[in-house]
Amino acid sequence: MSSNRVIEKLEILADAAKYDVSCASGQSNRKNTNKGLGDSSGSGICHAYTEDGRCVSLLKILLTNYCIFDCAYCVSRKSNDIKRAAFTVEEVVDLTINFYRRNYIEGLFLSSGIFHNADYTMERLVRIAKKLRLEQNFNGYIHLKAIPGASEELMKEAGLYADRLSVNVEMPTAKSLKLLAPDKNHQDVIKPMKYLKNEIIGHKEEKKLNRKAPVFAPAGQSTQMVIGATRENDFEILKVADYFYQKMNLRRVYYSGYVPISTDNRLPIIGTPVPIIRENRLYQADWLIRFYGFNVNEIVGDDQPHLDLDIDPKLGWALRNLHQFPVDVNTADIEMIQRVPGIGFLSAKKIVTARRYKKLFPEDLQKLGIPYKRARYFLAFSTPFSIQKDYTPIQIKQQILKLQNSKYKNNFSGQLSLF
Amino acid sequence: MTTIIYDGTYQGWLTAVFEIYEFKLKEVEFVRNQSTTNSLFATKHYVQSDETKANRVLKGLEKKLSKQGVTAIYKTFLSEVDQSDDVMWRFVKYVFDSTENIENDIGNSAVWDVKKAVKKVRRETHRMKAFVRFQLTKDDLYYAIVEPDCDVLPLIMNHFKNRFADQRWLIYDAKRKYGIYYDLETVRIVEINFQANVNSSKPLMEISDEREEFYQTLWRRYFNSVNIKARTNMKLHIQHMPKRYWKYLTEKYPDL
Repeated sequence: MSSNRVIEKLEILADAAKYDVSCASGQSNRKNTNKGLGDSSGSGICHAYTEDGRCVSLLKILLTNYCIFDCAYCVSRKSNDIKRAAFTVEEVVDLTINFYRRNYIEGLFLSSGIFHNADYTMERLVRIAKKLRLEQNFNGYIHLKAIPGASEELMKEAGLYADRLSVNVEMPTAKSLKLLAPDKNHQDVIKPMKYLKNEIIGHKEEKKLNRKAPVFAPAGQSTQMVIGATRENDFEILKVADYFYQKMNLRRVYYSGYVPISTDNRLPIIGTPVPIIRENRLYQADWLIRFYGFNVNEIVGDDQPHLDLDIDPKLGWALRNLHQFPVDVNTADIEMIQRVPGIGFLSAKKIVTARRYKKLFPEDLQKLGIPYKRARYFLAFSTPFSIQKDYTPIQIKQQILKLQNSKYKNNFSGQLSLF
Repeated sequence: MTTIIYDGTYQGWLTAVFEIYEFKLKEVEFVRNQSTTNSLFATKHYVQSDETKANRVLKGLEKKLSKQGVTAIYKTFLSEVDQSDDVMWRFVKYVFDSTENIENDIGNSAVWDVKKAVKKVRRETHRMKAFVRFQLTKDDLYYAIVEPDCDVLPLIMNHFKNRFADQRWLIYDAKRKYGIYYDLETVRIVEINFQANVNSSKPLMEISDEREEFYQTLWRRYFNSVNIKARTNMKLHIQHMPKRYWKYLTEKYPDL
């Protein structure tokens, strides 16, 4: 095995995998047993950050970028004239172990182009995970792509060795998928997702009855969709995500802003800016739905199909619902305090803790590091408090916009001037 | 004002607290050994570190605080924030002056300052779990050099022990001149004085395993390959990986 060829392969196959944005490496609870290598029982760790600011926690590579499919949005599509490479099973195992031992990574994220057929590809992914677990006694994190169309036996085996499995839905709707990936079929994605969901639930139940029962994808399953390559609005996108969370028990839905890589006329032309802000707003909305008790319909709807780009979705919601404010920090439920723009999870917890000892005033919030200037339009501090001036939503929005200094500001004025 | 001079260890500091109460000292300031003090008119009180006295203070704290609350004092000690001894003392005094557990009274500045120090230590602990980069030597030792903002090696021992249970490793704090070493059985603290030229992530050819350079090159190339140029955001990059850590990060070292 020539070292230089391995270096070259790694460059090709890491480059091809980088558009898959999943980087989570926590929630697995896989402990180090029998003095083996690795431990995934804690929360995930980002070992490095790329110059685009994204976390590097896993060795994220394709097994190969040879592919029989020709999906327009994908760098590895059959018709694209690029360098091709394929790792051997041993090479991936060796890379993973040696990177892990040097504390570069939390584990492996392995995906692949489809060569020959789904089973042939999936079988190799599974073999790598199996070798890592059984031969190397590796307890680090393993995320495998479940290849749509692979047999249930292979899916099942994958779940026994991997911490997380994911089937990418790729496009938010079946229509878009048909347009850009004629070889693929929306149902082919949904089917393995359903299968995995049932297996995960089944194994969990079994584990409750029998402590020694094997674990199956303990970190659950996730998916990804490309944003901005097709015309779906944010309401459609978030409805799909919500369906995955509610009906498929997905742990994460990732939104990947489309990076123009093709001259195909079905897609945005090369040079179109990556929709970074829109992607960010979608993640914020996703968080509100998963952790802050918001319903999708509170954030977007038929009359409001897109998230605001200039303000975050929580502020957007608050401005549309001023009748629910002000919230009294000294008496309100934590659920309601969390809904105040500028007050997150931790800040709300701090407020509820601190108010057990004393009545809180604005200066107390400032001392606790809570962005009071932003939150004050929505807060009250027990009686007697001076009645706030009646601002209109637009006035509040303008005042808050003056406060924030978005890191995307330059980026942003560019996008706005389009309208 | 009494100046309390102690040996700079946590046990020594706890002993000092014991003696503040024993000798009913009012208005104290702490000075760690060797450093000089400017207060001309202060009385000096020398503390001899004493396990029994330190344990009695710990017992007293355990009665008034949760386990977390007690650890918070130790973490403040490791934080090396400005005036950390004083921050700890104001907190401990407030603990003993109160009848209830006050560790969450974050409206109180003594409590808040401890929380801030703990937060700093937590962040640094997490960073060290992330930024340690091992290099393999010819005799199968994985070693790494770090210079954390806080004295966090004692807090990351278990993490590395659980994770790298089947390899010998050493993490050396170049700022504080000591390391933690795992010999496949236990982790212990080792005092060594590394040579001055060991001050970056560049592998030392004469002691490195023959494949070390290969894996470092692979890692650097990997790191560069996963970057998406169309999304460059150096501000965010530096916010997550501040420049002061680059010196020991393999991926930030130019290709050999």
